[in-house]
Amino acid sequence: MTRLAYRLAPFALIVLLLIIWEAACRLLDVPVFLLPAPSQIAVAAWLNAPMLIGAALNTLSMAILAFVLASLIAFAVALLISTNPLAERAVQPLAVGLQVTPIMAVAPLAVIWAGLDHPGRAVVGLAAIVAFFPIFSGALTGLKSADPDLERLFDLYGAKPMDRLFRLRLPSAVPFLLEGLKVAAGLALIGAVVAEFVARSGLSRGLAWRLMEASNRLETDKTFAALLVLVLMGVGLNALMQVGERAALRWWRGR
Amino acid sequence: MTPPLAELDKVEVDYPRGRALGPFSLAVSAGEIVALVGPSGCGKSTAMRLLAGLEQPTRGVVHRGAAAGETAVVFQAPTLMPWATARANVALPLEMAGVDRRTARARADAALARVKLAGAEAAKPAQLSGGMAMRVSLARALVTDPQLLLLDEPFAALDEITRRALGEDVQALWAASRAAIVFVTHNVEEACYMAGRVVVMSPGPGRFAGETLVEGPLPRPPGFRTTAAFREACEHVSAHLAHAMQAAA
Repeated sequence: MTRLAYRLAPFALIVLLLIIWEAACRLLDVPVFLLPAPSQIAVAAWLNAPMLIGAALNTLSMAILAFVLASLIAFAVALLISTNPLAERAVQPLAVGLQVTPIMAVAPLAVIWAGLDHPGRAVVGLAAIVAFFPIFSGALTGLKSADPDLERLFDLYGAKPMDRLFRLRLPSAVPFLLEGLKVAAGLALIGAVVAEFVARSGLSRGLAWRLMEASNRLETDKTFAALLVLVLMGVGLNALMQVGERAALRWWRGR
Repeated sequence: MTPPLAELDKVEVDYPRGRALGPFSLAVSAGEIVALVGPSGCGKSTAMRLLAGLEQPTRGVVHRGAAAGETAVVFQAPTLMPWATARANVALPLEMAGVDRRTARARADAALARVKLAGAEAAKPAQLSGGMAMRVSLARALVTDPQLLLLDEPFAALDEITRRALGEDVQALWAASRAAIVFVTHNVEEACYMAGRVVVMSPGPGRFAGETLVEGPLPRPPGFRTTAAFREACEHVSAHLAHAMQAAA
């Protein structure tokens, strides 16, 4: 198996599926509102490109804002409780509760609290809740992951608490934190889209709203086009985080 | 007679799951090399942590002539910070002691040169072989010029050739610094080669089970492993060990 074949395999499968889809739609004469052919979706995406890209950027910016908020809060909380087993024990059930509660269940409350005029705030808040846990859990695990023998050496050297934090625990946490951030970035995007659905307000001007709007009007080709943009955005974000994580780890480990 | 540099006086250590060590006594004089030999789980590492002041005995007394900064420890694993260069790893104990960064790094480079790692200052641990990483660990222990050097099975994870080379290096470094060394191992030959005095511990909870003085100069001259003195010492230590194991069984 050549390297090229290995690289191209995923694309080849996608192309193959698209060809089958296109052929099936044409041969069976499927109505557009039921299942548009890939070519029709491409046309819809092209014609609606400015609107779709604008909506995608709105969703993305809400997701990024949520991601940043979640990162700051999760990291701060993890840092505060990492040195205090009692605090950790107190916080842990709340954090787990936050994680296992379906975002759909909290969404109506978030919409009310954010104010019906500000669905964007609700979306950011909900996406931040979804993104919180992986960062919190990664940071907390990481801050406690320092090699026990290194901890003993720091004891032997008479290290001050700040030295121990900055020279041992924070650097030890980096790989765990990176993993948490990578997972959280994907979740923030999913969270933003789900929250938009629940907020049910065009004021958020996001991609999910455009998707709902199109499907309510039975513009199935446009629905698919919005879905396509959503998938591309997710894949792009994931790839970006993957590359970032790898580069950071290479720097951390020296290879 | 000068007082010992560090001494365990009838120490006992209890852990929640039971007695880990003792009663056990050991005195380490300035400038000597003592090997602690015993089966796994006999409390050798616990004895080391007591000598280092990293742990307190449940009963008994630990006398430490060497102040905390004058004791250094090398563990079985290199125990390096993976994100830091060899130089930064070695400079750490100095920087913790308040030595300014430039001086600390310069002394770290010198310590790396002493363990034959000149040129590897900027490498991170993942870029080093197991033997090289162990040398960095050794350099970190030596950089503070300790009076007491505690080596807790430092070569256990290395191949035979590397461990012999490192053993020679430790002896050469000892000859230059005359720091007292306590060397934990469960290899009888290694103990007799490295140390002037070999203390055998019984199976856990470890107690004193015999002592052997190894005749001959330190550092060991070439061919020492073939001398009668070396073989006799090994047999003597093995007999102590066998007796201790029998008594426990």
